[in-house]
Amino acid sequence: MSLTHARAILPAVGTAHAAPLDDAGALAALSTGCFRFSPWVAPCGADGIWIDATGVSHLFGGEDRMVARIARVLAKSGLTARIAMAATPGAAWALARHGRAPVCVSTSTHDLDPLPVMALRLDAGTARSLWRVGIKTIAALKAIPRATLPLRFGKLLVTRLDQALGHAPESIDCIVPQEARRRAIVFADPISTAEDIRRCTEKLVRGLCEDLEKRQEGARKLDLVFMRTDNSHQAIRVGAGRPSRDLKHILKLFAEHMDTVAPGFGIDKAVLTAWKYAPLFPTQTDSDGGGQHAGDLAQLTDHLANRLGESAVYRLAPAATHIPERAQNRAAPAEDIPASAWPTCLPRPVRMFSPPEPVEVVSLLPDHPPARFVWRGTLRKVRCADGPERVCGEWWLNRDEVAEIRDYFRVEDQDGARYWLFRDNRLTPNQSHLWFLHGVFA
Amino acid sequence: MQNGRTSAALRHLTLGHLKETLRGLERAEGFRAKTGQAALPFGIAALDSLWPEGGLPRGALHEIAGASADAGGFAAATAFTASIAGRLGAGRPNAPVLWCARGHELYGPGLAGVGLAAQRLIVAEARNDKDLLAAMEEGLRAGVLAAVVGEVERIDLTASRRLQLAAEKTGCTALVLRRPGKRATPAPITAASRWRVGPAPGSGAQDFYQIPAARPWRLELIRARCGAHGSWIVEAPDAQGHLRLPALLADRSLGAPVWQNVA
Repeated sequence: MSLTHARAILPAVGTAHAAPLDDAGALAALSTGCFRFSPWVAPCGADGIWIDATGVSHLFGGEDRMVARIARVLAKSGLTARIAMAATPGAAWALARHGRAPVCVSTSTHDLDPLPVMALRLDAGTARSLWRVGIKTIAALKAIPRATLPLRFGKLLVTRLDQALGHAPESIDCIVPQEARRRAIVFADPISTAEDIRRCTEKLVRGLCEDLEKRQEGARKLDLVFMRTDNSHQAIRVGAGRPSRDLKHILKLFAEHMDTVAPGFGIDKAVLTAWKYAPLFPTQTDSDGGGQHAGDLAQLTDHLANRLGESAVYRLAPAATHIPERAQNRAAPAEDIPASAWPTCLPRPVRMFSPPEPVEVVSLLPDHPPARFVWRGTLRKVRCADGPERVCGEWWLNRDEVAEIRDYFRVEDQDGARYWLFRDNRLTPNQSHLWFLHGVFA
Repeated sequence: MQNGRTSAALRHLTLGHLKETLRGLERAEGFRAKTGQAALPFGIAALDSLWPEGGLPRGALHEIAGASADAGGFAAATAFTASIAGRLGAGRPNAPVLWCARGHELYGPGLAGVGLAAQRLIVAEARNDKDLLAAMEEGLRAGVLAAVVGEVERIDLTASRRLQLAAEKTGCTALVLRRPGKRATPAPITAASRWRVGPAPGSGAQDFYQIPAARPWRLELIRARCGAHGSWIVEAPDAQGHLRLPALLADRSLGAPVWQNVA
């Protein structure tokens, strides 16, 4: 259709100069933005984006919701999109471009049947010759004996049909954001020995550290992915509390997980990506190595976090609240804890149970400390007690806590052990109070 | 006569040489040269005089357990460990304490109340004793920590020996806090000292509605490398981590064996 033809039909049609390079750039940027939906994203031709939703959709609450969310995000940024999710890339391509609904999730390969043969990503010549002999839909194409197809219409047709129906594999090359700090080695011959894997890791880390040094950056999170000849991956992820480009340190972090790499029939590609990084400037160390200290401590906590789990190594940071269980927060070991800590005027236990453990209590009404209580199946007689210390819920933050009032008592049992008990002042249905044991004093 | 003098001189020489060798072998000597401090004094003469170093030796493994295998004993042991760890860290700026814990029961305000400030504490939670011991050893070998605490239920002779060697190498003190376990008597371990801490029995409470501010503990030294043992009634550590003698007893002579009733 020429512009004059179009103007004849609709006089007010808007026009703009074609800018294919800008379009490609914008598509690449949009693809990078789509990493929020999946870690495997690639632009598709000049007008589409592949998003591999394998094992991802449950994070969005199912496939329908994921597709709806993508549509919503794109609509918000002013883009009109046709979105299809299907079992194979070919089917998704076909449904997105030739399907009836603008947003759809395909559940069976029969969804493809009514679509025109053009939906199989064919070149115009093949599509035209199919059309000419009366094969107009994919259903019609499927009905024809396969053996006759390649001879007449070329090999591509059968491949595309198989790819759309899931009989032939099709891989999508993921793009990596331009700014990725990444190093890769492709091996001519697959490697499989532990020694080779170690050496290739060292080479990758050395290269990446050099890259980071040039940019004055340090890595926070690193992924080392080994791609095996059988088309599967072996990945190791390590993290550093402070940005680091210390070769020995990073290698030691990887070394702890190296035995989890199963080379199978061989590894033909290894990729190291620093996907989280931060500026890191060279620091002057004292002549007696004094400046080294913080770094050494960060390395130690990294190793511990690497071994025990990232959330298992932490500092106890004070929080400005009087609710006992909220008075301490977990902070990363690299974080600085403010010097002003908890008030020391109030007695606090060294060990606290969270959640508080329910106890059965005998106490005088209305608000006397317990005379005896049963905790963990043992009856304890109270020799002396102190309290109450009243703690109210933070009703200014959360309306539900208006009624939450606790009275804390310190009690000493017959063996001399001191406990921290509290009474929940909300009445239970049978007009009594619940008691809990919250901690043990030294 | 000349012969006798020679042999006496020789003996003197040999003895001096042996003493010199022993001192060289003593871990504490090498460490004292490095830091100027080989021991952590308790500030209680009766305790400090037990060790030739004048306090709890640094760069060694110490075991602390509750006097009773229940929550009260364990809490007392926790507080005692925290007070020692806090004071070990206080001398050296930026030297934190690594607390290898099982579970998440540690309560910062309480620990700060016995002398272990939040700024000096790093907690590492382990799922089992094996991981915990490995984390302890790594912490000891790093050489940047003042002390490493481990809440261990099961530890054998070999594992404790490894920790002891790691502690000697870097001068970092290892504190093994025994979790109350199912077994009645825990397996023996190599330790420079072994302590039992618990609430003192029979501290008379006069009034039901008042808990005495002072917290009497029965502190028991079961075994120490220097050969000392004994048991004392002390007051729980204050916010600086210092133990004190109960006022009633402090009036008496410190040298008198009245309250150092050697078990």
